[in-house]
Amino acid sequence: MSHFVLRQSGSARVLPGFGLSMGISVLFISLVLLLPITGLFGQLAGLSFAEYWTIITEGRVVASYMVTIGAAAVAALINAVFGLLLAWVLVRYTFPGKRLLDALMDLPFALPTAVAGITLATLYSSNGWMGSWLEALDLPVAQTWVGIALAMAFTSIPFVVRTVQPVLEDMPVEVDEAAMSLGATDGVAFRRVIMPHLWPALVTGTGLAFVRSLGEFGAIIFIAGNMPYETEITALMIFIKLQEYDYVGASAIASVVLFVSLALLLAINIWQGRFVRRLHGGKA
Amino acid sequence: MQRIGDAPLVRRLLIAMAVGLSGLFLLLPLVAIFAQAFSQGVSVFWSNVSDFYTLHAIGLTLGIALLTIPVCLVFGVALAWLVTRFSFPGRRLLQTLIDIPFAVSPVVAGLIYLLLYGRNGWIGGWLDSYDIQLMFSWPGILMVTIFVTCPFVARELIPLMQAQGSREEEAAVVLGASGWTTFRRVTLPNIRWALLYGIILTNARAVGEFGAVSVVSGAIRGQTNTLPLHLEQLYQDYNAVGAFACAALLALIALLTLAAKAGLEWRASRREAFA
Amino acid sequence: MSIRLQNIAKHFGATQALEPINLDIQEGELVGLLGPSGSGKTTLLRIIAGLENADRTPTPGKILFGERDVTHVHVRDRRIGFVFQHYALFRHMSVYDNVAFGLTVMPRAQRPSAQDIRARVYRLLEMVKLEAFANRYPAQLSGGQQQRVSLARALAVEPDVLLLDEPFGALDAKVRQELRRWLRHLHEEFNFTSVFVTHDQEEALELSDRVVVMSNGRIEQIDTPETLYRAPKNRFVFEFLGDVNYLEGKVQNGTLTCGDAHVAVDLPDGDEELLLRPHEIRLAEQPSADSHLPVTITAISPVGAEVRVELEADWLAKPWLATVRHADFNRLAMKRGQRLYAHLRHWHRFKDADAVQDASLADVS
Repeated sequence: MSHFVLRQSGSARVLPGFGLSMGISVLFISLVLLLPITGLFGQLAGLSFAEYWTIITEGRVVASYMVTIGAAAVAALINAVFGLLLAWVLVRYTFPGKRLLDALMDLPFALPTAVAGITLATLYSSNGWMGSWLEALDLPVAQTWVGIALAMAFTSIPFVVRTVQPVLEDMPVEVDEAAMSLGATDGVAFRRVIMPHLWPALVTGTGLAFVRSLGEFGAIIFIAGNMPYETEITALMIFIKLQEYDYVGASAIASVVLFVSLALLLAINIWQGRFVRRLHGGKA
Repeated sequence: MQRIGDAPLVRRLLIAMAVGLSGLFLLLPLVAIFAQAFSQGVSVFWSNVSDFYTLHAIGLTLGIALLTIPVCLVFGVALAWLVTRFSFPGRRLLQTLIDIPFAVSPVVAGLIYLLLYGRNGWIGGWLDSYDIQLMFSWPGILMVTIFVTCPFVARELIPLMQAQGSREEEAAVVLGASGWTTFRRVTLPNIRWALLYGIILTNARAVGEFGAVSVVSGAIRGQTNTLPLHLEQLYQDYNAVGAFACAALLALIALLTLAAKAGLEWRASRREAFA
Repeated sequence: MSIRLQNIAKHFGATQALEPINLDIQEGELVGLLGPSGSGKTTLLRIIAGLENADRTPTPGKILFGERDVTHVHVRDRRIGFVFQHYALFRHMSVYDNVAFGLTVMPRAQRPSAQDIRARVYRLLEMVKLEAFANRYPAQLSGGQQQRVSLARALAVEPDVLLLDEPFGALDAKVRQELRRWLRHLHEEFNFTSVFVTHDQEEALELSDRVVVMSNGRIEQIDTPETLYRAPKNRFVFEFLGDVNYLEGKVQNGTLTCGDAHVAVDLPDGDEELLLRPHEIRLAEQPSADSHLPVTITAISPVGAEVRVELEADWLAKPWLATVRHADFNRLAMKRGQRLYAHLRHWHRFKDADAVQDASLADVS
């Protein structure tokens, strides 16, 4: 009987390798991704909620949340505009050097974050190429939250460009033509016809850029100056606690960061799914 | 044929803005790396690179990348095969879980490994009683590197294999091919370029990982210092030229990655044009 | 509004998509542009719309809507309605918003009031029988319904001319039939000038007041469907407008011979090729003095009012297709493998490379 059932479930799948690929995937995800997270909760288990609350709401830590979230929000906004512009230019126009510009878009992903970090720190330091004339304009970047936002924007720009680009590419010419034949000017057509198509991708890309910025470490610490209460990011707070062998404190703050990142990731996934469903049929 | 935004003035203005801003914020830093690295001449650059500790860091970094790639490859192919060729409850969950490393801060990634496998962790403590130490040595670096890089191969393969569908594999199975033959002769040729690109991305990230590695490595010069960590130490020691010499090496790998990507994309577009 | 095209040509890089074309379309006419793919029909339609620009060199062409020169007018200001093959509805807008779009993007001074827009949109939706679907999204409609929305959207701005690019090409046969009848009806009721593109000769002949047959970027013939079918100007038009059977042979003393078959024709001596429509072949049990064309039935398919019969013979290079009435089919008790004799009611002949057309009656029996 059990033999019969087994054969039946086997024959229901035409292609081989279900058991093997399922085994490898589940084992890997459990061991590499999920098991270590349990270590975090193990560490926090000994903590009462009041103690936990005290650690994660300490003044310096809260200041670091503010700096991180504020700078990440600014970076995400910059990238939403800049990324949309780049995706548009790369998809809609041809011009000399376009392939080079396209390749350049992946640089922030390919370049190690520490390299980006020391380079931006040097460029924007008061005697760097950019920093020297920004200083002359009385716009210091290094060791301010502007520098943090700049480093975040640098490392996360590809998220926006690379999510918007394919959607823009897939937009049929007829959509433009229909809008124009109905009398819409460029501005109106962009706002009312093109943007609604791009919203989901733009929000997804910006959301991913924001999540990435929240966790960024290597690119930021060199340019930030790391002044407590002023330019200290949350990832650095965790790092500092670790160096002081305060594993409990590090874990508590890390759990906040982890929770926020995963919640945002989940929200982005769900939101995107709902939007895609509406455009491709199903209930509105 | 004309499209929205094709008016010459709009077109030129937007292109100029895109090129100008990219030049300032993306290209200029790249140029600055090499300018700094060679600011005191080639010989100083060379003596920095051929320094014993630098060479050791390069060796460790490449070794870690070399060990990371096969692990990520097996996992990526298995997961992509699983979620694109079968439907089962929990399929979407698996696809969301694989994104975790992208969302988790590298420092947090390093921390959770340290907590589990460190001397105070429940696995680390048990291993410690056998005198096995994973943290603050190369196995720890390898583990966090795998954590950080594991999505890349799968993320490259899944959309492609989804788009290709499983008709060809089904045809092969109907013709009597075994599972392994089907994979090797039908699937692999279709996905090899995406696979290669996945490997290149994995490599780039493995070589450059900083945050997670800096938590678990201990950064002992000549022992557990990877190239990005070594670069940081040089920079903190006010040896900017030395730091940028290391940065230039890493930037070179990044540039090769970009070139490889452009090459593979060019290949794909040419094949499409002929199809 | 009449449409007048003068000397319109188009190159895409080195390839010439359209040779210089002149075309006059009367006010209220429904004109079909018919041709195989690559004939330039869609390019011509898109030039009329302003979605493509005609060549400016060597001699600039001219496009007039009535007295208005629109050659250099942007598509958005041409006051045209355009219906796309794949509907091109705005996916993120409801049916109502799609139809209202053209009205809501008008400059404020010309824009109707919100109430007027609403009234007009509902009138149009009523016309296309979709008033119940106003709040649906395009993805929730069938192809035929989407195309009707697309038409209502194009008509909402009260265009001077309506242009349709293979409007029914993406729909299945039955819906296509229905929409065609409906468009014809709409056209008669509202009397707008419209031009549509199709590669389906049946569609062109059924819908159009006049058909423009195109091939290789040239206009081959412009005529009413009746004239076109009865008197095709050249071999291309004849072949494109329906199924064709070929009879090749040598004429000597008024008789065309081909293997063991022969038929009397009133032609000078020499090699000849005759072209026949399926309904121009009559089948009988006996040959006649003027016609000895033995054939064998190889396939039979009853389609509607007639039966399509495939005929083969060793003197034929390609099988013939004949259509017979059910009455004749039953009288002769046709079945596969049966040997019969073909008689020609009428045939066509095109000599001198597309130039002269010579159809003659050869009614026997």
